[in-house]
Amino acid sequence: MLDDTNLAETTVANDDIKIAARDVSVYYGDNQAIKGVDVDIADRTVTAFIGPSGCGKSTFLRCFNRMNDTIDICRVTGDIRLDGEDINAKSVDPVQLRAKVGMVFQKPNPFPKSIYDNVAYGPRIHGLAKSKADLDDIVEKSLRRGAIWDEVKDRLHAPGTGLSGGQQQRLCIARAVATEPEVLLMDEPCSALDPIATAQVEELIDELRQTYSVVIVTHSMQQAARVSQKTAFFHLGNLVEFGETTQIFTNPKDKLTESYITGRIG
Amino acid sequence: MPLLWLLLIVFAIAAFGYVLGRRRALVSANRDARHLHSLPSYYGWNVALKTIIPAVMLLLVWLLVQPIVVYNTISSSLPSDLVDSASSQGLLMSEISRVSDGLSTAVSKGVLSEELAASSSLDAETATAQLKEAGAVVTNDITAPVLSAAQDYRSATLSGRWIMALVVIIVAFAGAIFGLSQSNKDFRARNVVETVIRYLLIGAASIAILTTIGIVFSLVFNTIEFFRLYPASHFFFGLEWAPSFSGRGGSSELGVLPLLWGTLYISIVALIVAVPIGLFAAIYLSEYAGPKVRGFAKPLLEILAGIPTIVYGLFALLTVGPLLVSVFGDGGVLGVNWQGGGRAVMTAGIVMGIMLIPFVSSLSDDIINAVPQAMRDGSYGLGATKSETIKQVIIPAALPGIVGAILLAASRAIGETMIVVLGAGAAARLSLNPFEAMTTVTAKIVSQLTGDSDFASPEALVAFALGMSLFVITLGLNVFALYIVRKYREQYD
Repeated sequence: MLDDTNLAETTVANDDIKIAARDVSVYYGDNQAIKGVDVDIADRTVTAFIGPSGCGKSTFLRCFNRMNDTIDICRVTGDIRLDGEDINAKSVDPVQLRAKVGMVFQKPNPFPKSIYDNVAYGPRIHGLAKSKADLDDIVEKSLRRGAIWDEVKDRLHAPGTGLSGGQQQRLCIARAVATEPEVLLMDEPCSALDPIATAQVEELIDELRQTYSVVIVTHSMQQAARVSQKTAFFHLGNLVEFGETTQIFTNPKDKLTESYITGRIG
Repeated sequence: MPLLWLLLIVFAIAAFGYVLGRRRALVSANRDARHLHSLPSYYGWNVALKTIIPAVMLLLVWLLVQPIVVYNTISSSLPSDLVDSASSQGLLMSEISRVSDGLSTAVSKGVLSEELAASSSLDAETATAQLKEAGAVVTNDITAPVLSAAQDYRSATLSGRWIMALVVIIVAFAGAIFGLSQSNKDFRARNVVETVIRYLLIGAASIAILTTIGIVFSLVFNTIEFFRLYPASHFFFGLEWAPSFSGRGGSSELGVLPLLWGTLYISIVALIVAVPIGLFAAIYLSEYAGPKVRGFAKPLLEILAGIPTIVYGLFALLTVGPLLVSVFGDGGVLGVNWQGGGRAVMTAGIVMGIMLIPFVSSLSDDIINAVPQAMRDGSYGLGATKSETIKQVIIPAALPGIVGAILLAASRAIGETMIVVLGAGAAARLSLNPFEAMTTVTAKIVSQLTGDSDFASPEALVAFALGMSLFVITLGLNVFALYIVRKYREQYD
């Protein structure tokens, strides 16, 4: 288990840029929520977004898979490239994009279906399984990756809503993993969980880093320090500081970052 | 004294008590409301309620009991030969009370003086003449014993009323004084007033329940009476509905099955029309429509729900029926001859379906909107399209509610009358052809009870048995709908 006091390894495993965001602004009606943010998300790295409530970190996260499209009054400007391809281009189908950029939400939101059907949902939609056996494999593999297989293998056909909060969240992670995304976005995935479930999910995030680029929004600075290699600090819609997690937490360049991580503002 | 005056007096005492109670409480707290247990107005209400409630309750009880007491006293004092000459004691008593009412009418119209109406010098002939002149309902000539009994009846009633007024006012005063004596700063007036409010709410709730029970009982007794006259097995399993109004029962065939079949058939057609259209409309309105479209389409759809069913009936009779005949009838567009006349199961079913569309769509719309946004986000986040999300996540999540909405719509369809009368005709028939005229239970209830119906014949009483069957069926459907909704509701969160 990860230790609270130890910072995660400082070495960023990979310097390849997975997502490059340039001059991204987001407007809710007339209200500008994100003000010209530039961020590079590295491949196979956990990037944490921290900042006080309402600073726009979740909004920014939702730009990466165009979830903001589902909000009528929301408007995104700027340039976001996934592997060099502009995700806001007309040629990009947001639905296809979301299959590549998976998302886990703040509150566990399993569908009112069985555990199996919850995980099989994505693969079925995208036609990832050739046969029933294939689908069974995908479901098992995803549940294993979600670190919940052992707990649910005997009741795959029980409703997913009957699980505990922590199990539900890991089920949602397994569900997101099942579509084999390249990037996993996590919007405060542990805010509804108790410390034990949080530790399980954090451990899981660290494992997921081997395969995916993970972006996590969190309110907990300890969590950011524990799981991420890179950290971005947002304040009032601005990106204040972005760098290696160790550097942000031990030697912040900006006064504002320092005040936030030492708990003076927030 | 008229009742209205009595009530006004009680309310005046209460209003006076309110002011006094409020002031008394304030005085006890040295005119500083902060030292009171409750707000000053609660002390006022405490006095007012203690004035009104006992007085009005006594009034109600008195009004219920007094006629019974007077009736029993007068009827036991009647000479036995008088009872024998009339055919029954009940008829005689109603004659007496009619004459007594007539005397009061005559007095109030000034035809008869109060003294004369009460005095024994009034003879039967003048009384008859004067009552008739006053416009009172007097069937035949009043005889002297009846007149004197009526005078007794009237004087007992009148004096009872006066005593009642007096007692009620005394009780009101006593209540006010008791309430006032409580009004000091430590009295928990707020709790007392809130208790009264709670009983008021309980009362409102029980009225609804008691009414339901009352309706059931009114059906039950007549239904039992019907089954005494007509064998239940013929009613429930009879394949023919042929009431005869000419003879006194016997020759009538009162089998419920053709009617139940008609009811079910028309309801099924209605649901086949209403459920897909209503559901699709709900999905469009809640998931696809922009706020502007939703803003005018939803109220527009709900206007359909406000149209009286008789208007739908006219629509069925004048528009849909002929239209269907021009398609399915002789020389119609399709070149088939399935439909003979405008009145058919299809006509009524389609129009009833149209009537149910807003019912289904509005309920389903609410239910679909109640599916948490987190479900949609979860599905979109996995790369599902809107349509996939609706088909695989939203509809399954909302299904229990939608099933409930459909069952509620079904129980409305089963209870519908006017559209059937005008759209489906009145012929009770067991047939599979949806282009034939049929009729339903409700339509037959109407036709059995309209016109001159003798409530002792099975032909009229069958209406209650039909109503009871219908009530049981719709009750069952509603209970089933509630059960489904409850059973699956917990899956939402």
